Amino acid sequence: MAGNKGRGRAAYTFNIEAVGFSRGEKLPDVVLKPPPLFPDTDYKPVPLKTGEGEDYVLALKQELRETMKRMPYFVETPEEKQDIERYSKRYMKVYKEEWIPDWRRLPRELMPRKKCKKGPKSKKAKNTDKDTSLTNTADVLKKIEELEKRGDGEKSDEENEEKEGSKEKSKEGDDEDEDDAADQEEYDEEEQEEENDYINSYFEDGDDFGADSDDNMDEATY
Amino acid sequence: MTQAEIKLCSLLLQEHFGEIVEKIGVHLIRTGSQPLRVIAHDTGTSLDQVKKALCVLIQHNLVIHRVHKRGVVEYEAQCSRVLRMLRYPRYIYTAKTLYSDTGELLVEELLLNGKMTMSAVVKKVADRLTETMEDGKNMDYAEVSNTFVRLADTHFVQRCPVVPATENSDPGPPPPAPTLVISEKDMYLVPKLSLIGKGKRRRSSDEDATGEPKAKRPKHTSDNKEPIPDDGIYWQANLDRFHQHFRDQAIVSAVANRMDQTSSEIVRTMLRMSEITTSSSAPFTQPLSSNEIFRSLPVGYNISKQVLDQYLTLLADDPAKTLLSDLDPRHEDLHKALGCLSTASLESVVQERFGSRCARIFRLVLQKKHLEQKQVEDFAMIPAKEAKDMLYKMLSENFISLQEIPKTPDHAPSRTFYLYTVNIPSAARMLLHRCYKSVANLIERRQFETKENKRLLEKSQRVEAIIASMQATGAEEAQLQEIEEMITAPERQQLETLKRNVNKLDACEIQVDETIFLLESYIESTLKRQ
Repeated sequence: MAGNKGRGRAAYTFNIEAVGFSRGEKLPDVVLKPPPLFPDTDYKPVPLKTGEGEDYVLALKQELRETMKRMPYFVETPEEKQDIERYSKRYMKVYKEEWIPDWRRLPRELMPRKKCKKGPKSKKAKNTDKDTSLTNTADVLKKIEELEKRGDGEKSDEENEEKEGSKEKSKEGDDEDEDDAADQEEYDEEEQEEENDYINSYFEDGDDFGADSDDNMDEATY
Repeated sequence: MTQAEIKLCSLLLQEHFGEIVEKIGVHLIRTGSQPLRVIAHDTGTSLDQVKKALCVLIQHNLVIHRVHKRGVVEYEAQCSRVLRMLRYPRYIYTAKTLYSDTGELLVEELLLNGKMTMSAVVKKVADRLTETMEDGKNMDYAEVSNTFVRLADTHFVQRCPVVPATENSDPGPPPPAPTLVISEKDMYLVPKLSLIGKGKRRRSSDEDATGEPKAKRPKHTSDNKEPIPDDGIYWQANLDRFHQHFRDQAIVSAVANRMDQTSSEIVRTMLRMSEITTSSSAPFTQPLSSNEIFRSLPVGYNISKQVLDQYLTLLADDPAKTLLSDLDPRHEDLHKALGCLSTASLESVVQERFGSRCARIFRLVLQKKHLEQKQVEDFAMIPAKEAKDMLYKMLSENFISLQEIPKTPDHAPSRTFYLYTVNIPSAARMLLHRCYKSVANLIERRQFETKENKRLLEKSQRVEAIIASMQATGAEEAQLQEIEEMITAPERQQLETLKRNVNKLDACEIQVDETIFLLESYIESTLKRQ
């Protein structure tokens, strides 16, 4: 066939003139690697628009960003416990308003499951979370003194138990609190209090309590 | 959804709602509609967190729920709605220009909260306005309500779909999820509320130092106990209407640039007259006779009827824009107008990226529709080698495409015409994709810059807090000076540079978003046309 004429020799199947190269001209090099990640630009970019309107929109944007972080819709990732309890962290907790969605508009499955027993306790967990930590530590110290009187061995056991119990409750509290708040109004606090001998407000704090009690435990058991 | 869009959605969700919501949202965007358990399983997050994230997303109209067969509820994310979050500042600014501060705050609250009842939003805005007013003055609810009603009348806010009232004699068990409905005529009906009251100023004792945990603040349970008169009627911002406004603004300013102020006023009048009557996706405005236009012109412009007719003919005869139809009654061809604006964006991108000669070739090919290589060189009056180079550069970036016209049935390359052409919708899509990528890059870079200087930022915030508290307790000038010197001069400079960079990146995002809006509107209108 006519097409095989140039065996061994470079022959184009189409008219090279049409593409714009003349015969015998040096073709550009073959590219052997992907283009650079940040290629040089030949031309400087156009300067941004400036003006009152633009400045205002810019300020709005930055404010909006800040405001969004403080809204109850911004769901914080539960942080892992840090090794050293930072003093400043206690005072930098931002107070967020509660938000209760309108359950009539949402599918039923999105409602958190009502756990009757743990309900009011978790509410109290949340309450006491937000209470000043000072009163908490004061209570904890008081409780520890009390327990010290009962005896060293017993104390560490009970503290362990209480710590785990309160942590569990406060974790669930953190998850469901904002959703459960509406449901809890019916429960009578006094009713629940009768269930056990311990006064609940003493121990409901996950983070602070854990770190504090660790330190105390170390000192206590030799 | 393209990768660039998904990346941008992920960054926006993360900035506004945190990581958990971002994970769920991006998963839904990627995989389409899914039931609850599958989401929890695939993303590896606990059921409680998924529920919370979904509640937040549904509240903000980013995810919708649907009951499928067998009673399974599936959740679907709306990617395009997530991308709108980039435009929130622009919506708020528009509301400010149209309805001043009250309107601005109303729209801001609606956007921040997704949906709200009228009474709730009016109360909140009145409180906020009262804060900024002088001591002793309060903002009346009635004023805020009036602005709200005006917003509803001009369709800037609309009602959310409601739960249909079911009769009590419904035999079966209640459905797992309510199907929300809204009829067209109800969408802008404002409920008859008698909101009497004034905005409350926050008690100064509440404004403690932000560090103190505010647990002792009395809970606002009293508000919840009162029956809300418009319970269940939620309002949301009507983004389509804002888009319509932006589009009109763009057209008017384009006409003003091309011709003069008066013609832009005429066009603005025409657009305003068909604001509410045409739906936002209609390709043409309503036909209007020149008499009607004449009557509706703003008072300041006393031009005679003949002059108006001359202007209209001019606008109609404009070869490039062909906005108006030739005969009376005239209507505007919105699709064409958007096409012109997008083309202008494309042209300017080519110019800024490749140079003015490339832009000349691009405009040439646009005008002549199809050109051969040789013809391009001749018409553009550019030497062959350079023209070739430029054409290939644009071809590789997909601004220009090749059209093959074979002479013989076997498509032999030596016997085929290769014509260069610009396919505007496809080039617009390509540019849109690039815009999404740019915005994602801008956001990432801004986050990187902020993270790099996090320590410094925190330090400066602490110093500011200390200075503020010292000023409140009446400290001396010398002490304040000392505290200020805690930040050294090079650190101050670093902060300045950081601030400048972050501002620049933010401004870039806003301006790229304007191009995104234009291109998206154009592509949407081409889709609707088909």
